[in-house]
Amino acid sequence: MVVKVYGPDYASPKRVILCLIEKEIDYETVDVDLFKGEHLSPQYLKLQPFGVLPVIEDGDYILYESRAIIRYYAEKYRSQGSELLGKTIEERGLIEQWLDVEAHNFQPPLYDLVVQLLINPKTGVASDPKRIQEDEEKLAKTLDVYEERLSVSKYLASDTFSLADLSHIPFGNYLVTTLKKEYLIRDRKNVSRWWDDISSRPSWKKVLELHPPVL
Amino acid sequence: MVVKVYGATYAACPQRVMACLFELGFQFDLIKIDLQSGEQKQPQNLLRQPFGQVPSIEDGDFKLFESRAIIRYYAGKSASQGGTNLLGETLEERALVEQWMEVEVNNYNPLIYTMVLQLVVLPQQGQVGDMELVKDCKGKLEKVLDVYEERLSKSKYLGGERFTIADLTHLPNTRFLMEEGGMEDLIKRRKNLHNWWLDISSRPSWLKVMDLPK
Repeated sequence: MVVKVYGPDYASPKRVILCLIEKEIDYETVDVDLFKGEHLSPQYLKLQPFGVLPVIEDGDYILYESRAIIRYYAEKYRSQGSELLGKTIEERGLIEQWLDVEAHNFQPPLYDLVVQLLINPKTGVASDPKRIQEDEEKLAKTLDVYEERLSVSKYLASDTFSLADLSHIPFGNYLVTTLKKEYLIRDRKNVSRWWDDISSRPSWKKVLELHPPVL
Repeated sequence: MVVKVYGATYAACPQRVMACLFELGFQFDLIKIDLQSGEQKQPQNLLRQPFGQVPSIEDGDFKLFESRAIIRYYAGKSASQGGTNLLGETLEERALVEQWMEVEVNNYNPLIYTMVLQLVVLPQQGQVGDMELVKDCKGKLEKVLDVYEERLSKSKYLGGERFTIADLTHLPNTRFLMEEGGMEDLIKRRKNLHNWWLDISSRPSWLKVMDLPK
């Protein structure tokens, strides 16, 4: 039995798929069309009651929240694929710290930019220039902190690629593609180096090839 | 070794860490950061926490910030040493704990954080809070709490039948809702949610945090 990942077209499910590929775990996908409101269907809400993507079904086991899912698989399949959780519990602690930084300081403004600039135009909702500017300012401040961190560390938590770096890739990809805000990365030498490194991993190239973004 | 916790007794994120350390029996010293005067944004604190926030910890040479990373670290340390287990037994149980930790981060915390800003922080700074925004957040929170109510109708605690960090992480923000937030009806109207709140908020670890001098 193979784990099913719902919503592969979109970024949060790609966080999960990327982790599965890094850990050499087979998976299947189930399409969920956000623009048709399929994430709010009764069948979907039975699996994920908050009506957001992703959710996974692994036999009878159901789990949602992409960062919970990636922690689970990284731990369960510790002995195969890339080591994503560090060697010591202190290294794990730093990975958790930067995963939380991603969830609190990177994702929210970036997600709002995706809504304002990529989703709203498709649904006929007007975008808010003031919010877009605020989002960009918040993201810039966060990336300034990353610039400093990455001047003393090859990756966010340590000198090894981890879940903390991985978590940034799917939404970070929007910055260098359809959001057209690549300068936020390129204006920062260390962030630029780090982004090139993590986004050129074979696993991410595979994700893009198998599940091209729709936004 | 005694852990140093940088923060304030009345701030939500430091409270999350302190409650966890009390639960696990790890001794700590609270080193006060004066949030009213903006000490958290001063260079000294920025060295500990580059986003200018609290808490951060120092455990010998080991330094960490982000309250939820800190509680995961100590919960993991305790469980691996055969001490109190606030994570769950099997990997599948632990993942459900993580799921509800993430639900708190993505669906619960942002709404309450916005309301705290409008109802408490801005007025303290002499500004007017946006009551329309508060109303909007409250409406969204009602829907979120319906999901919690459903979960707690099937399970004593969020992660399963045992108290874990998934429940603990909700203590500070839920206290705000019940007290300064003036929204205790949101909790009281939901039977299972209310019983869960009464249970977790009466734990000795939380009462100890509440007893700490302001």
